[in-house]
Amino acid sequence: MKARTFALFIAPSVVLMILFIALPLASVLVQSFYNTRQVFEVVQVENCTPGFLTSVCTTEERSRPKLDAAGRPVLETTFVGLDTYRLLLQPEAVAQALSAGGGGLPALFNLDFYRALRFTLTFTLLTGPFVIGIGLAVALAVNGIVRSLRGPVIFIMLLPFIITPVIGALSIRWLFIGDGILTVALEWLLGRDLSLFAEGWTLEILMMLYRVWHVAPFAFVVFYAGLQTVDQDTLESAIVDGASRFERLRYVVVPHLMPLIVFVTLINLMDSYRVFEEVIGFSSQAHRISLQYLTYSYLTPDETGNRAISRASASSMLTMIGIVFILIPLLVRTWRDHRVTR
Amino acid sequence: MAETKALRAPLGLKLGNAAFLAVWIVVALFPLAWTALMSFKAPVDALSANPLRVIFGPVTWEHYKAVWITHGFYRNFLNSLLITAGVVTISLTVGTLAGYALARARSNLAFWILITALVFRALPHSVLVTGYLPPFLNSRELLMPLWDAPILGWILHLFAPVPPTLYGQPWAIILVLVSINQPFTIWMMRSFFMNVPHELDEAARVDGCTHFGAFWRVIMPVMWPGVITTGLFSFLLAYNDYLVTALLLDAQSQTMVPAISQFLNRDTRASDQIEAIAAAVSITAPLFVLVLVFQRQLVSGLTAGAVKG
Repeated sequence: MKARTFALFIAPSVVLMILFIALPLASVLVQSFYNTRQVFEVVQVENCTPGFLTSVCTTEERSRPKLDAAGRPVLETTFVGLDTYRLLLQPEAVAQALSAGGGGLPALFNLDFYRALRFTLTFTLLTGPFVIGIGLAVALAVNGIVRSLRGPVIFIMLLPFIITPVIGALSIRWLFIGDGILTVALEWLLGRDLSLFAEGWTLEILMMLYRVWHVAPFAFVVFYAGLQTVDQDTLESAIVDGASRFERLRYVVVPHLMPLIVFVTLINLMDSYRVFEEVIGFSSQAHRISLQYLTYSYLTPDETGNRAISRASASSMLTMIGIVFILIPLLVRTWRDHRVTR
Repeated sequence: MAETKALRAPLGLKLGNAAFLAVWIVVALFPLAWTALMSFKAPVDALSANPLRVIFGPVTWEHYKAVWITHGFYRNFLNSLLITAGVVTISLTVGTLAGYALARARSNLAFWILITALVFRALPHSVLVTGYLPPFLNSRELLMPLWDAPILGWILHLFAPVPPTLYGQPWAIILVLVSINQPFTIWMMRSFFMNVPHELDEAARVDGCTHFGAFWRVIMPVMWPGVITTGLFSFLLAYNDYLVTALLLDAQSQTMVPAISQFLNRDTRASDQIEAIAAAVSITAPLFVLVLVFQRQLVSGLTAGAVKG
């Protein structure tokens, strides 16, 4: 393909990605070093109350937002360097929490950023093994049933994956909230009262349960497709060599699926690091927030209609650092493939 | 292919297998089925601690009526329809062209575009929205110089007397979602085009087609399964999005998924909660149909990126 034709075919896509991904990214980086706020001016206000003979007047100083000619508040943008990052990371509070008699980790996790970071990392690391394990088990099980049943079973399996994440989280929430059917069942089993939405750790478990329920079908479909290409000859020679069922799984099937397991793990790391919809669906913000939710909450207008853009930018940038760590193995792998195929 | 006897599972394993699958099917289906069931019941039955009352309580359509008519959910539905249709159309047009070029190019530039797209695919959407919000809110002032420019300004004046405020504009959000989805789309399209043999375009070129002609007359007709699959995933991204639409659209142009929070934050009466459930079921119903019709394409799409590495 000639360079000119290539450029013509690819131009619309590249222009869109530059305009709506690369440029916003650069602007977030710049925004995180600046702070925009309203300019306030101090005015002298004279209040007079009618009194006998003369009215009583008091003068007080009041600050109010400065307005421009059109009646809109005047905004002022100043370069603040790393101040916004300091505001988020609160190094003094961290030092205090970790010093002797400071309260240790629990005190640290009272700070919004560390609370979000702790939850996001726990969530990312704990859900992965379950997604892989359940996906593999279900794929093996579906592979073991009659061919005619496989279609309908795959259809049902796909539903939790295809459902809107917020709605999926809500449907799990409704099973457990208040006197939801599963809470009632659990109470009956345990013989005690439960309120799963009043405490952080129970909410956290529910959120992880939802995630595994939602993503396991993806792992299942990928592994199931991989199982169709297992070399039958290798399997048969393993049988001739006297390998048991488990040994065949361990030494033939799993090694064959290994590239897929790595693929699903990486995709799952990327996606669960972006955990957000769970917080909305379970309304867990009082107990548990994620890094994306932290940025989202800064971007939502507060009571006065202001959005904390510079804080959102700084927390976005901090979130990105994590993404870089997750991406390194993926990029190394793609680079190696590229070298091999060329 | 006949399986050898040794490969066949013993009865015990078969039963265990079936039992495990049965449990997982219940786990997969139960939350959705139960939610759907609750949406048709009066609050007393739906929120009752006794499951039998939820199952056998009288059926009512009242909550759906309240959601769709009284609370005007149909407006959100129309917004969702507009946004998803726009995203799927533009995403496929742009993505197909790029995917084809990337599958046929051997240059280093193509490789770096793909790598950059991979990095972009991993970006949390909140990061991008942080970048969009200030310019979207102030786009009128920001774009004013363009409207005042000598010749360009005259052309732009034909479309709008003043620059638009991009915040709350459906077409702006369509472009945003298309771009966010573009990295994924071009990777998937590329993997489908890789399966179409080179010889096909070469034969068309020999017969005198231009490059675009070869692409349009020869390659596209065999690419429809790939296009449908990629379109499905674009649809899902646009339809399921919460974060971007919640922050960049206003109340009038709001789509269904973020609009559901208005039912959640209000649950003071018992019927409010069931209305939220009815809204949730309304959002899920089209997806259910989608899986029913396009199951094969969905499965092929999920495995396209993975199996070939």
